[in-house]
Amino acid sequence: MTSPVTASPVTACPVTIRIQQDDFDIAREIAVLTGSRTDIGAVVSFSGICRGDEDSAKIAALTLEHYPGMAEEEIRRHADEATARWPLDGVTVIHRVGRFMPGQNIVLVLTASQHRQAAFQAAEFLMDYLKTNAPFWKKEESATGTGWVEAQARDDEAAARWTRP
Amino acid sequence: MKVKYFAWVRERVGKAEETIEPPATVRTVEELIAWLSGQSEAYAYAFEKPKVIRTAIDHTHVKPDAAIAGAREIAFFPPMTGG
Repeated sequence: MTSPVTASPVTACPVTIRIQQDDFDIAREIAVLTGSRTDIGAVVSFSGICRGDEDSAKIAALTLEHYPGMAEEEIRRHADEATARWPLDGVTVIHRVGRFMPGQNIVLVLTASQHRQAAFQAAEFLMDYLKTNAPFWKKEESATGTGWVEAQARDDEAAARWTRP
Repeated sequence: MKVKYFAWVRERVGKAEETIEPPATVRTVEELIAWLSGQSEAYAYAFEKPKVIRTAIDHTHVKPDAAIAGAREIAFFPPMTGG
């Protein structure tokens, strides 16, 4: 199950959003993002990885569920906001769905810009909004049973700091 | 209108999606949640804490007082935990 690649209309900042079961190759995705361009001076890469423990409880696996259609659209809305707020030259967001073991990749955010500040800030902005607003849900399997992961207030606070006064 | 459920809301309701026809007196998201809660034990359990439930109309997040008129697809789900 792989969603089609959604490419932006003609803009200076190509945006790629994918939701897929397959793993991603960070080096390959960076190469695709930068291509033969020489105007990009900074690429920030964030990868979210399945942790092996949560509050000292051992995690056996995580299952990621999403809302097909809305998930892509919601990420797109935030990517568009990021490109409007920062001078970006490229954005890639890949979110995996399915069942994952500790150590496996879950999410990748790449932001490219001429200078590092915009790339760092946009990547953080995208991740903060992804965690609180993109329709994905994690179910955790541990020695004590299986249960849905609860949303964290600290994630809401992280997203709220990007709201303009 | 089509209604979709995700994560533990889906598990509690017992289905992923369905088509419903609420009466015309049900105008907002919170009124729809109240109406669904009255339909069966399963819905009452899924919506027992209505303030926790998040709602999207046609793939866009909305607040509980949002009007449901003209909605093609309404989704109910818990707070999101992706990333």
